[in-house]
Amino acid sequence: MFQPRSIQSTMTFRDKILSMDYILLLSILLLGIVSMFAMYSTDGGKFDYHTKSHILRFGIFFLMFLIISLFQIRFWYQTSSLLYIAFFILLLGVKYFGLTSSGSQRWLNFYFMNLQPSELMKIGLILFLAKYYHRISTQDVNKIKFLFLPVVALVAPVLLVVAQPDLGTSILIALGGVTVSWLAGVRVKFFAYASILFISLTPIAIAFLKPYQKSRILTFLNPDRDPLGAGYQIIQSKIAIGSGGLFGKGFLNGSQSYLDYLPEKHTDFIFTLFSEEFGFVGSLFILILYSVIILRLINIGDMTRSSFGKLYCYSFATAFFIYVAVNMGMVLGLLPIVGAPLPIMSYGGSSMMAIMLGLGIAMSCRIYKDTPVN
Amino acid sequence: MINFGSGNTVIKSKLISRRMFVLTAAKTIVFCGIFGRLVSLQINEATKYKTLSDKNRFREWKLAPQRGVIRDYFDKEIASNEKVYQLHITPENSPNLETLFFRLKTILNLSDKRIFYLKKKIAKQKPWEPIIVSDNLTWSEFSRINLFLHELPGVEPLVSVARQYPDQSTAHLVGYVSQVSQKDLQNKQYLKDMSVGIAVGKTGLENKLDKDIIGKVGFQRYEVNAFGKRIKQIQIDPGETGKNYRTTIDLDVQKFTSEVLEDKAASVCVMDIYNGDIITMVSSPSYDPNSFVHGIDKKYWNELITNDKKPLNNKAIAGLYPPGSTIKIIVALSALENGIWNPKKYLNCTGVTELYGEKFHCWKKKGHGPMNLRSAIQRSCDVYFYEVARLLGVDRLSETAKKFGLGKKVLEGFIEERAGVVPSTAWKRKFIGKNWYLGETLHSGIGQGYFQSTPLQLCLMTAQIANGGFEIKPRVLVNDSKNNLREYIKFKNENPNEPLPIDMLVSNFDLNPLFRNQENINFVKDAMFAATNEAGGTSFRSRYNDQKFMFAGKTGSSQIKRFTELQRELEIKQKDIDYKDRDHALFVAFAPYKDPKYAISVVVEHGGTGSGSAAPIAKKVIKKVLERDQMREQVQNLTGEEI
Repeated sequence: MFQPRSIQSTMTFRDKILSMDYILLLSILLLGIVSMFAMYSTDGGKFDYHTKSHILRFGIFFLMFLIISLFQIRFWYQTSSLLYIAFFILLLGVKYFGLTSSGSQRWLNFYFMNLQPSELMKIGLILFLAKYYHRISTQDVNKIKFLFLPVVALVAPVLLVVAQPDLGTSILIALGGVTVSWLAGVRVKFFAYASILFISLTPIAIAFLKPYQKSRILTFLNPDRDPLGAGYQIIQSKIAIGSGGLFGKGFLNGSQSYLDYLPEKHTDFIFTLFSEEFGFVGSLFILILYSVIILRLINIGDMTRSSFGKLYCYSFATAFFIYVAVNMGMVLGLLPIVGAPLPIMSYGGSSMMAIMLGLGIAMSCRIYKDTPVN
Repeated sequence: MINFGSGNTVIKSKLISRRMFVLTAAKTIVFCGIFGRLVSLQINEATKYKTLSDKNRFREWKLAPQRGVIRDYFDKEIASNEKVYQLHITPENSPNLETLFFRLKTILNLSDKRIFYLKKKIAKQKPWEPIIVSDNLTWSEFSRINLFLHELPGVEPLVSVARQYPDQSTAHLVGYVSQVSQKDLQNKQYLKDMSVGIAVGKTGLENKLDKDIIGKVGFQRYEVNAFGKRIKQIQIDPGETGKNYRTTIDLDVQKFTSEVLEDKAASVCVMDIYNGDIITMVSSPSYDPNSFVHGIDKKYWNELITNDKKPLNNKAIAGLYPPGSTIKIIVALSALENGIWNPKKYLNCTGVTELYGEKFHCWKKKGHGPMNLRSAIQRSCDVYFYEVARLLGVDRLSETAKKFGLGKKVLEGFIEERAGVVPSTAWKRKFIGKNWYLGETLHSGIGQGYFQSTPLQLCLMTAQIANGGFEIKPRVLVNDSKNNLREYIKFKNENPNEPLPIDMLVSNFDLNPLFRNQENINFVKDAMFAATNEAGGTSFRSRYNDQKFMFAGKTGSSQIKRFTELQRELEIKQKDIDYKDRDHALFVAFAPYKDPKYAISVVVEHGGTGSGSAAPIAKKVIKKVLERDQMREQVQNLTGEEI
């Protein structure tokens, strides 16, 4: 019964390194390298600010990922509530001390970087709920009193992020929380109730939406409504991707991004840029890389013996999938433009940090797959 | 708390895995959707999006083509291109338009109204589209701009070309160019692709040849970024200069004629009787066609349209005048051709004849005495022709007149040309709705009444009589087609005794004879000779005794206002009545008489009598034309060799 503990205690550093998921590791590294090329292209084929900064961040956070993965899974289990609370405090901090840029207050200024706590909250909420559902038994999951805490833990940060306003991130945070609850066994009917409540509150919520957010939703429904205004991004993104064709226009030859037709090409529309230059073949390569990462994360979940590990890995894999799907759906004109970065590829420190933290914890689950968390 | 590996954990594990399976299935479906979308965008619709991407990327700027040059027969330019200095502004390159206009105002003397107009125009168009501030700067303005250029961001001084007309004498024939109007855009489809600011032909040859002379528009293709800024030039097509044209006009004769006419309201046409080449076609007074090129000055425009002598009107093809006595050659010809009159027949002119109680006067109050057809033409006896016309009838007269070129447009493509009127019984019924009176036939017989013709028509009529009665097609543009008529004349001179039946003329020389019996034509030519070269002839005073310049002509004067009995009684002279009421003076002739080459028509509005004011003009012009005949012949031979 205590045998696993003894196995764990006998694990040497070498054992730890050897039990890492190398396919996952390589995929992340490959994606990082691809993202550097993409960033180099957004800088107009020069080794410029965005490229340097992106490489530096990827280097630092990849290292962080490796270090995090060596931490015992028990450590993450024990600190998850603490992390959640810490992230929540940071979110509150944004509300009072945050930096405002293009009409929304999302960032906290640390000397070395501007941190976006809402990105970290994506991981924090998953960790917190994974621990919560690990602790309660399957029978208790659907009791009303045990539903209370998860709902509060989910709604509170989401509301804070919505108020920034940052619709995209808040939806992604909420979806992460919903995923954990679903996996833990919360009954379908509760999701149904929540949906009904959400839909009935939507008209009220719309009244609180900023005009630009309203116009984005309307624009998604009909991009030609205002081709020079809100619909511009979707139309130009589709033109860029479509004009890439089968093999693309070639590295550094994406006219749409070069001539500034493509908006936000460093961040949300990085996939568009890559797709324009490398065509269908390149897009497919990226899609496959992401699929591999997601499948490896699910695989870790399958191997992990603790409920915490399983819940975390599956949820994170799903959340990761959602980030990718929302971003691609957005740039391909399948979803409204909500402002969701593409994991690892997009420029942005906080997003990179959060994703690497998430991946690190998953890798830790892999190394300590047989170790009980408590 | 919960033991590792306990039953509960196993149940939980299974639950999680089961629910995860559902999620994984959902993920697969979503990724398949994204995959499908990629296929649709990048493979199925790639062509469409590539086109859209290129549409984003490239923007074209049109380059105005240079207009073709129009030259005279001796390759002198009569419509050319000159260098002009222009000033353009590209609004996006100027940080502050207000200060820029303020500076320009002091440098160029721009009016506030013009500045207001320019600002309005800038507001309407894209910031990268240049706007023309001035299209014709003087050299001093242009150099001042260049001096201050470093203080004037956004300003582009440039050298361009614009139409220039070196001589005013050709103004009516060549016409002029000016800014494109809404109407031009509707009528001329090819203007749709042209660049803004291009000049379009409005009248005369400029209008007739506009489509080919305007040239092909060029373009510069630039790669532009999302803000419309030009990144690099991709392609340049300089376009094509318009086609050049050589006309049949002799600029020297044209200038000379224009000087002879001084400022009279008059018109002169000279035509080669064998190939229809128009040597000169002057309408007087003239105007400055250059004033239209850059937008006409209001004062000058008012001056032009209020002038009684109508300088803008091309009198040679758009001025309608009763042919007066010049029609008598057609009346005589028609009577002979129809066999209704014996030319030897004598009539006694007493100065007046009567028909159904109405009096018809001869221009000579005392009468000419006994007249036959030849002397009636020589002295232009009206009474004699009243009788000829009465027997001939207006319908036979109109048939002959039409055959010789009256009553229809002579040139092709001149919008200002008018057809005139050759009256007939059918014409009167159709256009006036009344029956023909015999009295009107008498008036028609001396070219009065409903008759209306242009000077060019009269010239063509004379030319076709002078060349022996063959149809020719008048032309303004040089055309090196075979000249059958000249070949025929040559053949005839070499074989003077060989008879040539009409059907042989048609088959061998592809000619269209306008006569039934050429002797009749010769009779008329001889009578015209008498009118100029025999004592008593109406134009005897304007004759040349030198064989080289000797010509044969017929005078005419067309009444504007009928003489009252009182005026007739008082023998009022033309010069004594109001200018506006004076008769038009006409003269038609061909020269040289021995071997005719050219036909001429002269019309002087309110000139009084043909012999007094039209024939002397013709005399001078004929000399000038004949002096240059040798030179013209040489050029013709030269061009012939080139082919």
